[in-house]
Amino acid sequence: MRQFAVRLRGLVGYLEGVLGADAYRKYLAHHHEAGHAFPPMTEREFWRDRTDRQDTSPQGRCC
Amino acid sequence: MDQRPDATQRPDATQMAGGAADILSHEPSLPPPALDDDVREAEERGWTPAKIGLWAVISLLGGLAWIMLALVRGETVNAIWFVFASVCTYFIAYRFYSKVIERYLLKPNDRRATPAEYKADGKDFVRTDRNVLFGHHFAAIAGAGPLVGPVIAAQMGYLPGTIWIVVGVVLAGAVQDYLVMFFSMRRGGRSLGQMAREELGVIGGTAALVATLLIMIIIVAILALVVVNALGESPWGVFSVGMTIPIALFMGVYLRFIRPGKVMEVSLIGFVLLMAAIIGGGFVADTEWGAAFFHLDRVTIAWGIIVYGFIAAVLPVWLLLAPRDYLSTFMKIGVIVMLAVAIVVVRPEITVPAFSEFAGKENGPVFSGALFPFLFVTIACGALSGFHALISSGTTPKLIEKERQTRFIGYGGMLMESFVAIMALVAAISIDRGIYFAMNAPAALTGGTVETAAQWVNSLGLANVSLTPDVLAQTAKDVGESTIVSRSGGAPTLAVGLAHIMQQFIGGPAMMAFWYHFAIMFEALFILTAVDAGTRVARFMLQDSIGNFVPKFKEASWRPGAWLCTAVMVAAWGAVLLMGVTDPLGGINTLFPLFGIANQLLAAIALAVCLAIAAKKGTFKFLWIPAVPLAFAAVVTITASFHKIFLPVPAVGYFANNAAFAKALAEGKTSFGTAKTVAAMEAVVRNTMIQGVLSVVFVVLSIVVILTALVATVKSLRAGGGTDHEDPAKPSRVFAPAGLVPTPAERELMAEWNALPAGKRLQQAGHH
Repeated sequence: MRQFAVRLRGLVGYLEGVLGADAYRKYLAHHHEAGHAFPPMTEREFWRDRTDRQDTSPQGRCC
Repeated sequence: MDQRPDATQRPDATQMAGGAADILSHEPSLPPPALDDDVREAEERGWTPAKIGLWAVISLLGGLAWIMLALVRGETVNAIWFVFASVCTYFIAYRFYSKVIERYLLKPNDRRATPAEYKADGKDFVRTDRNVLFGHHFAAIAGAGPLVGPVIAAQMGYLPGTIWIVVGVVLAGAVQDYLVMFFSMRRGGRSLGQMAREELGVIGGTAALVATLLIMIIIVAILALVVVNALGESPWGVFSVGMTIPIALFMGVYLRFIRPGKVMEVSLIGFVLLMAAIIGGGFVADTEWGAAFFHLDRVTIAWGIIVYGFIAAVLPVWLLLAPRDYLSTFMKIGVIVMLAVAIVVVRPEITVPAFSEFAGKENGPVFSGALFPFLFVTIACGALSGFHALISSGTTPKLIEKERQTRFIGYGGMLMESFVAIMALVAAISIDRGIYFAMNAPAALTGGTVETAAQWVNSLGLANVSLTPDVLAQTAKDVGESTIVSRSGGAPTLAVGLAHIMQQFIGGPAMMAFWYHFAIMFEALFILTAVDAGTRVARFMLQDSIGNFVPKFKEASWRPGAWLCTAVMVAAWGAVLLMGVTDPLGGINTLFPLFGIANQLLAAIALAVCLAIAAKKGTFKFLWIPAVPLAFAAVVTITASFHKIFLPVPAVGYFANNAAFAKALAEGKTSFGTAKTVAAMEAVVRNTMIQGVLSVVFVVLSIVVILTALVATVKSLRAGGGTDHEDPAKPSRVFAPAGLVPTPAERELMAEWNALPAGKRLQQAGHH
């Protein structure tokens, strides 16, 4: 059962990665690691910034 | 070349690695960022008996499967052989051929940092776990294309399509994706257009840019045509696909204002709502008002998609495109896993012959043209898709953690898409051949009713086919549609095939209607996302080009410019879409080859750029790796274009058809061929002229690009290499394994890295 829970969590984590749901976590990690003096964006700011930047740099989707 | 006294001065791999050693020397306090070359070599070349046994089994199983498919002529062939033949071939190609490309042509160096490391910004450049990135990249390249082309190509029997999908991907499609991804990664994630400009100069670069823009328009138009054909006169389909818009809007608002960042959560909610929309569609279509309100003809739906395309492309990304992306990624992975499991579990028997009666003809009802070259353009996605070059350059290279991972993600990702194409082919050929032709021939041939369609199919004289009107009516009833006659475009056929397989797996015949509309829904979802995103990209390319003359247009935030350029792009693909919908000759039948030609001309452009880059690297002995698929793609697409332009057979040649109808009009005829009125005849004259001119423009632009690439290549050959435009090498300070499963040596090195105190190493990208 415990094994199953670990596996399930792994699968969910994988799907989150593929969907890009873990982007904010990664941004925070990068921010801390880079040692910036300014505070990181909040989660809300980050996602706004992310989609708003896509407005000005579109990416194609494949057929 | 003669200036070099001996071969040792050639800048080969060892020398470059040696020369770069000082720049790339790693920090002594850290473990090495790459496996030692000798250790890796020993691991790769060490053949244990178990390893030899494994590859012997894979080879034998693959060989047996190909014999079953190609040589054994029984009444039926089991679908499982398609799985074995393709998967075993993919394994062998991945292990051996992609290794050759890596070792001799690309020579990745894990001591070099990737853009995700040296340009890391936490937003666009982020080191991503290779397995996550594999899924991400796959979701970005796979769409409706591999689900549609193989279905249409099944007209010629299963074998030509199967061979082309598998051999094509191994030698061409996966090679293109891999090379483009690697070269873009070495250039900080530059796009194909930028690389073309850099390597081929102004003329080649501009031609590549214009060709890309035109190709994008034609691809968006024909994908939209597939949706229109799937939804025409289908209240259930119109309702459930229409519901995806409010669902996406809701998800967008939820993510923006209610719970930002909860992507998984909102995707699950969206998925549940999507299922509800499919089930609800059945009830709505059953009511009198629902059937009346959502029963739309194809022209109305085409206009609907045009209006939708414009609005979707000017709305902010967060409101519609981003949530749609989440939904379609979710559906994509789910559907493909489900389909693979179902095919392996159900193992349908295939009654379609290896080569059908139409394999040797050029006037097939589903698509016109001879097997060579038209089979090779009909199946583009899944075998060789130029569009991938646009994805493989740009987003994915900015996320790669280590150089050696490009083989797994680029080459491996494309093999995966090829497998999707094989599964689509299996699903399409698992249905009765009579039904297949009744569904995929234009209404001008089938007459549009079950009686006329059955009569027409039986008149074709196909072996073992005798179709009754009852079968057609019953199949339509099973899938919850009023009719399935002349539902061309591939998507409905795939949906019937998928429903047929899935109901044996889950739910039984009562679930067929659900599975049918489930399939229509996900194809429509993929395509509408591609339409939206394609329009945006095309608009930006146009804005950028006009911006060279009117600088104001370069400002992405300048609304009037953005709206105007969006309108121009939507008008362009909308016109082609309407032309296809109203075409008396059947639309898909004449336009689909243009889609494939466009897509593969883009592939030829991408491969030509890769050839020029590889030549500049000085690796002349292995230039055949991009040259062979380039030559094939160039020959196929240029021949296909010439057939379309010059062939005197009206069924194939656009201008021949144009002349035939123009002559009939001049002679005062009021009906000619499948066009029953003067207006229809005039439409044919107009359409064939537009299609013909488009073919000419495409092929001319592509020839210009290929020629400039060849000139650049020859120049490099003469000079013994050329200036490369790679970003300067920077030392890497991270390590990650190259493939799906780490090798023992990689595990050891990973353990060394993991033993470092947390503060000393860079944050690990993935947690697996």
